[in-house]
Amino acid sequence: MRPIWKESPSPAYQAIKAVVLGGFALAIVVPILVVVSTSLASDQDIIDAGGYVLWPSHPTVKAYQTLFSGGLMGRAIMVSVFVTLVGTAIALAVTIALAYATSRPVLFGRPVLLMVLFTLLFAPGIIPMFLVVKQFGLLDSLWSLILPGALGAFNFVVLRTFFMNVPGELLESARIDGASDFMILRKIIMPLSKAVIAVVGLFYAVGFWNAFFNALLYLNDTSKWPVQVILRTYVLQGKSLSADQLGVEPLPQPQSLQMAVVVVALVPIAMVYPFLQRHFTKGVITGAVKG
Amino acid sequence: MVLLMVPGVVFLLAFFYLPVLGNVVAFQDFQPYLGIMHSEWNGFTNFVNLYANPDFWDALRNTLILAGAQLLLFFPIPIGLALIVDSLVSNRVRRWFQTIAYLPHFLSWVLVVTLFQQSLGGAGFVNNLLRQAGLDPIPFMTNPDTFPLLVVAQLVWKDAGWAMIIFLAALTTVDVSLYEAAAADGAGRWRRLWHITLPSLRTVIVLLLILRIGDILSVGFEQFILQRDSVGPGAAEVLDTFTYYAGVVGGDWSSGAAAGLAKGVVGALLLWGANSLAHRLGEPGIFQRRGSS
Repeated sequence: MRPIWKESPSPAYQAIKAVVLGGFALAIVVPILVVVSTSLASDQDIIDAGGYVLWPSHPTVKAYQTLFSGGLMGRAIMVSVFVTLVGTAIALAVTIALAYATSRPVLFGRPVLLMVLFTLLFAPGIIPMFLVVKQFGLLDSLWSLILPGALGAFNFVVLRTFFMNVPGELLESARIDGASDFMILRKIIMPLSKAVIAVVGLFYAVGFWNAFFNALLYLNDTSKWPVQVILRTYVLQGKSLSADQLGVEPLPQPQSLQMAVVVVALVPIAMVYPFLQRHFTKGVITGAVKG
Repeated sequence: MVLLMVPGVVFLLAFFYLPVLGNVVAFQDFQPYLGIMHSEWNGFTNFVNLYANPDFWDALRNTLILAGAQLLLFFPIPIGLALIVDSLVSNRVRRWFQTIAYLPHFLSWVLVVTLFQQSLGGAGFVNNLLRQAGLDPIPFMTNPDTFPLLVVAQLVWKDAGWAMIIFLAALTTVDVSLYEAAAADGAGRWRRLWHITLPSLRTVIVLLLILRIGDILSVGFEQFILQRDSVGPGAAEVLDTFTYYAGVVGGDWSSGAAAGLAKGVVGALLLWGANSLAHRLGEPGIFQRRGSS
């Protein structure tokens, strides 16, 4: 409902608004739509359209069958899924424990909090990171993609802010009943903060799935490349996916194959996005305003 | 409780504070086969060499140009979008727009640059359309002169919608009776915007500006490294890519580390300076002053 004091906009204003918002939305939707359509288009569709297809008239999943028939792409998906799942689990466990411990007035709480917040101010740099990862023997290991990202300061702040609002009396009474710190975390804190933990988990998962530079820096072994590096190498840099890397012949149109790679990188995000969107505004605002 | 902190602290020490100490290689003639313990110390030689290296100055100049373009051209856009969305009366349109506008934030830079390449690249569909219409294709993706604009366009595409959230949230906290009173006193749309809406966004705007300034030297590292090949290092080499190519790719570890350390220190100082400036202007900023509440 329009409030009484608000004058209704002139047609010119309305037109400008519609053009700005509509144009912005189209600029986001159209490229994604074209990529998805082209990945589903038949060879003939692509040849007829001269490269890109807005809407596949003869949809086919041949490009995906080729991609998933093994070889490079299948392995890359396994790698990305592994890194995302294991990384998110570890990162959540570490961040929740640390955020809970520092959300209460405890021994060492203050210095540990400052240790985390300092990471927001200064970055150690690419070369020292590389040398440390190498020193730990993690080069060419998938752990190099997981361990350095296991504690995100922003996610930590969001969780800690939330935990601080859990009333102390609740924890006090549990403690009198003989619950340990770990029990309190498991049985009281975590059930109370399911939603915010889910959001932070999704933020971590998106981060792990999207990570590209870490893999470029730490992994030389192409069989360990995650999806993002495959996307960069075979689509952005345009190296061709040869038959032995995919294990089938004849190959479909390279265009649809490339677009299928793009879609593979996109789909997991599109799947978790509705959940993210429902909760993230709250998470972002808690972190930004009270952090 | 102390036990619960152990894993987190171990991670911080191993993958943050240890690398921070590892920056000592910037003061060494570092040789990988000798390691940090046995490489020779050479004081500030690496920094002196950087000072004399024209590539470093190019990278610094590009960093400032690209970061400046992103700061000046990007920053007002989410504010404008938020004002428009906030003025929408229909909740359905608003929700639809938000759903679409937030999505690209969650896509990786590889994906964003790929989508841009497929759309605007030499063989992309925009240039395909131009060719079919008998026009010359436009080299959006490879022209070094327009690279700053391309970079801003990509940032707007990816993050303008997302950056809008915080302004939208701030707009909902504005007291509606202020608007009502102003309208009753005859203030039109623009005067209400100028005297009520923008002042109430001031704190948030300052906060986000500080964060951006602190981040200015690292902006878009993946974005640049992905496009350095197609545009050329002349326009796309920034301090971080310089560090990577000189150090990890080129094997000149110490120069790379020196450039990286210089960047980290300057970035922290910028953040600190911007925050102090905000305090002086009477804004809360991000780091509270000691003793103030």
